[in-house]
Amino acid sequence: MRRRVIFRGTALPLLLLAPQLAVTAVFFLWPAGVAVWQSVLQQDAWGLRTEFVGLRNFAEVLADPDWRAAAWNTAVFSAAVAGLAMGAALVLAAQADKSIRGARAYRTLLIWPYAVAPAVAAVLWLFLFHPSIGLIGRALNANGIPWDTRLNGGQAMALVVLAAAWKQVSYNFIFFLAGLQAIPKSVLEAASIDGARPVRRFWTIVFPLLSPTTFFLLVVNLVYAFFDTFGTIHALTGGGPGKATETLIYKAYVEGVQNTNLGSAAAQSVILMVLVIALTMVQFRFVERRVHY
Amino acid sequence: MATLSVEGVTKSFGATRVLHGIDLRVSEGEMIVVVGASGCGKSTLLRIVAGLEEPSAGRVRIGGRDVTELEPSDRDVAMVFQNYALYPHMTVERNMAYGLRIRGLPKPEIARRVREAAELLGIAGLLDRRPRQLSGGQRQRVAMGRAIVREPALFLFDEPLSNLDARLRVQMRAEIRRLQRRLGVTSLFVTHDQTEAMTLGDRLVVMHAGHAAQVATPMEIWARPADTFVAGFIGSPSMNLLEAVLAEEGRAARLRAGPVLRFADGPRPGPEGRRLLVGVRPEHLRPAGADEAQALDVSLDLVEPLGSESVLHGRVPGGEALTARVAGALPAMADGLRLAIRPAEAHVFDAESGLRLDAVG
Repeated sequence: MRRRVIFRGTALPLLLLAPQLAVTAVFFLWPAGVAVWQSVLQQDAWGLRTEFVGLRNFAEVLADPDWRAAAWNTAVFSAAVAGLAMGAALVLAAQADKSIRGARAYRTLLIWPYAVAPAVAAVLWLFLFHPSIGLIGRALNANGIPWDTRLNGGQAMALVVLAAAWKQVSYNFIFFLAGLQAIPKSVLEAASIDGARPVRRFWTIVFPLLSPTTFFLLVVNLVYAFFDTFGTIHALTGGGPGKATETLIYKAYVEGVQNTNLGSAAAQSVILMVLVIALTMVQFRFVERRVHY
Repeated sequence: MATLSVEGVTKSFGATRVLHGIDLRVSEGEMIVVVGASGCGKSTLLRIVAGLEEPSAGRVRIGGRDVTELEPSDRDVAMVFQNYALYPHMTVERNMAYGLRIRGLPKPEIARRVREAAELLGIAGLLDRRPRQLSGGQRQRVAMGRAIVREPALFLFDEPLSNLDARLRVQMRAEIRRLQRRLGVTSLFVTHDQTEAMTLGDRLVVMHAGHAAQVATPMEIWARPADTFVAGFIGSPSMNLLEAVLAEEGRAARLRAGPVLRFADGPRPGPEGRRLLVGVRPEHLRPAGADEAQALDVSLDLVEPLGSESVLHGRVPGGEALTARVAGALPAMADGLRLAIRPAEAHVFDAESGLRLDAVG
């Protein structure tokens, strides 16, 4: 039983909540409110006149082929990042879950990339894959595989996916490992006595029992790929070549900061905000229902 | 249905040796109970037979086939775990069918076996439930069902009753025994509960510190325990062990507590004064008359009335503890009592080795 402390009155509880409320208000509610307001306005090129245009910004954004291309890029990018980061993490966690020599060191090392800032991680990958100075980039070119992320959009996409996924592997790894360790050993032993070999055990016992973890991570990874990869993309490709690696968040930045088209950028931000709210709601709904089998 | 033989199996975890060479032969359809205190190696032995643990040395054969190097999945055994180890994400039906589906049995055959086992165990109405919706006793049955449908060569039970409450435990115990008889599957059952062991086993393996102290039928073990550990472990309350020395050219034991006990079945080997332990079960002590010379003067410190009998706790001269079970209520509550040992029911052990000393010739 958890003991609940009940405060009398409203002054003290409000005071205790104030710091968090202030942070939320200043860094979320205010900018989000401004974004929503901006999204229904249109400014002229010099910022002298502003007029109310209703949902026209949204209509224009949704009809814009560039925005649609960015949405497609985002879908490809997010699916690839989530798939790669979770797949790699699951493989690593399954290995770390075995009783191996030096398991602690192995686990600790795997957690480190999470502590690396996105831009730093991006630079690291840039150095590896740079066509003329990168270790791997040079090796690829030397072996007859033309590699240049500044020219080839597909390669650029592969590189940002790789860099973004790499950073998220640690996080996923921690959760997968915890999930694996929560599976009773005797259940796996029962399965092996029932005749299931390791691969079969994994797909019929381990994977289904991990499904709450997997779903939670899927949502977290999608949100990460949508929003937290701006730094990675900015440092690696700047959305290029062409617009090959321009995702929705990157496009909103380009639109608002470089093209100073505030109305359109705000509308794009609001669309993104609605997306993440929807994702989070799905997650809460699902987690509430499926924590226990 | 098959024979099981365990040959010279040892097991060490690092420098700690938990099994010191176990030999065991189980014939077809036999129910063997491995019993011992916690940490005696009984579960390790079971896990080695199952293939979940590798022996450091020795062989395991099931139905004559050497399975020592085989994975658990290739041994054709079924196991019931202490915590049942049901698959939490599968219905009862799926749980029971899991092993059969892996073996690729035709669907109608799987359905038939699951239905039969479910009816046998009285869980036919639960097939669509998931394990978390079941009570402890029901989970236990599902775990049994999962083992039965496999029709394995060997059943392994790892303390399957210890998570149940006392009443259910007694009920399930009888049920397991009945099922095992009916199906005739060779079984190895591990428990720390001596009552469970006595009631379930065709033969018992009493384990002590990684050794099989005695392998025999329950009644043999009760009547002729091989050493002082077995003597103390099997039987409730425990057998009394009283210090004594060999006297009268091996024909008697002189107890430290006073009386001289003349052996009913002949002399024991060894020099005069050889240190012995004389074992007497609490139920084999009888009240003695005042005129009997060779009786124990017991000072009582606790009487437990159990209705049909009373359990007496006291001390003999010299300070050794003594427990006695006498029929009915204790007549005239006294703080002292004279109890006599029936010589035919005394067990003689060597005090140094703890081993049973039988009459010579």
